[in-house]
Amino acid sequence: MKILVCISSVPDTTTKITFAAGNTKFNTAGVQYVINPYDEFGLSRAMQLKETLGGTITTITIGRADTEPVIRKALAIGADDSVRVDADPTDSFQVASEIAAYAKDKAFDLIITGRESIDYNGGAVPGMVAELLGINSVSPCVKIDINGTEATMQTMIDGGKEVVKSALPVVAAAQKGMVEESELRIPNMRGIMAARTKPLTVIAGSASGNTSAKTFDLPAPKAACKMVSADNVEELVHLLHTEAKVI
Amino acid sequence: MSVLVFAENWEGSFKKSTYEAVAYASSLAASVGGSATAVVIGNVGDINALGKYGATKALQFDGDANHQGVASILAQAAQATGAKYIVFNGTWKAKGAAPRLAVKLNASIASEVVELPSSTAPFVVKKKAFSGKAFAHVELSADVKIIVLSPNAYGVHENAVSIAVEKGNGSASDKDNSLQHVEFQKTAGKINLTEAELVVSAGRGMKDPSNWGMIEALAETLGAATACSKPVSDIGWRPHHEHVGQTGIAVAPNLYIAIGISGAIQHLAGISSSKKIVVINTDPEAPFFKAADYGIVGDALQVIPKLTEAIKKLKS
Repeated sequence: MKILVCISSVPDTTTKITFAAGNTKFNTAGVQYVINPYDEFGLSRAMQLKETLGGTITTITIGRADTEPVIRKALAIGADDSVRVDADPTDSFQVASEIAAYAKDKAFDLIITGRESIDYNGGAVPGMVAELLGINSVSPCVKIDINGTEATMQTMIDGGKEVVKSALPVVAAAQKGMVEESELRIPNMRGIMAARTKPLTVIAGSASGNTSAKTFDLPAPKAACKMVSADNVEELVHLLHTEAKVI
Repeated sequence: MSVLVFAENWEGSFKKSTYEAVAYASSLAASVGGSATAVVIGNVGDINALGKYGATKALQFDGDANHQGVASILAQAAQATGAKYIVFNGTWKAKGAAPRLAVKLNASIASEVVELPSSTAPFVVKKKAFSGKAFAHVELSADVKIIVLSPNAYGVHENAVSIAVEKGNGSASDKDNSLQHVEFQKTAGKINLTEAELVVSAGRGMKDPSNWGMIEALAETLGAATACSKPVSDIGWRPHHEHVGQTGIAVAPNLYIAIGISGAIQHLAGISSSKKIVVINTDPEAPFFKAADYGIVGDALQVIPKLTEAIKKLKS
């Protein structure tokens, strides 16, 4: 089983988002970076599959040298080797093109991405990688089991879930359910030590995108909250009905 | 110039998200000087209903298609009509199809789009970023542009026109169908969270999963969908698909009632597009009150049954 896990380095989920340079750039000052939470579910499932079926896990990240702590964390969790495509990630198509170009002749059985990255939320990379490689994609993938050369997966549909099957290779876009929160892998000291010497190959990026974020803004601030007494819920219902007009 | 819109149906019926996408496409068509053509896959009883939201034409394709098939059929429709703009609703199937279509057509794509373009040359749209914590204004520079909407953001706008229904020429390929359907596991009778206009959401303040009966009762009285916070889904009190927040589902209802949820920044990211927010919490210092329109400081277990009764009274 040869697995490629795509890892994005993103601001920690607790980050308060602000912008710099006239709202044209994300303000990275003081921001902690983590493995994109959806990718973390995928990496943890990849570890389980490797432990039961044998094989190797390679990770790929599109980013500059500042993403290496996050890549080393993936190696500490248990990936065997990592690739960093040296480029500034600008959009989904550029990132997907780099991943597909790398994966094309490597005969991976399974490519795992996150459902989306929690920074730009394009959610387009898994489908694009699969289309570029001419293989099936499942997004979001909330369960995956491998039987021989076939994957059985669960995906979300509007109003429930769908079980689907595909021959390998396939692209599966992880979200919670692929593993449970309690099954997420945390690096241990041995893993952290081993990660220092595991191969991290840097290759030059060459793809370009076709979208660009010009400016950013924040949601408008809320007016003060109107407090209602716990003994007077009728007042709340009245306000929701006559003032907010939502019920 | 033609604007294509994927008019998704579920066993022959359209939903609100379909109409929202059609309404967006018809407004977009007006601003780029064209008309909106709906692409319908499978048999739908009332295709003409799309005319009410501004589609002047519907192309109806026979058969069923998974997200890969949808991408193939839309690529064929785009090539046949010369469409430069393709609009998708924000459902799972649409989100699966749109990126594959973007590769097939060398198109630029923006997802989680919340408004009509602020400018059409250059073409710039506003989209959610940082999981609802911010917005980005993104320029799409390729010749063909794909827009995937964020549910409930643009809204359903009526604009009745007469609609012509034609048979479309194209189908999903065997390769698309090599992703085989095994079975559906439907959540019976539940209101779909991403499309819901009213959401009742609860967290650890409920103290025990056995107390969820009153949440269900409140939701049922309101006709609302139920949701929950991350801790509650992590410890297995509620199913994952109810988890609202940065790493779960993003919602944009008219009313979001948060019960016993403190309001961590990750949760607020997922609900920031709600039009009105009610917070019920024992802790007057809970950060959620800062994001709320209405608040009650009190024990959920006491307040919720009273609230349900008061709403019943209003409705009767």
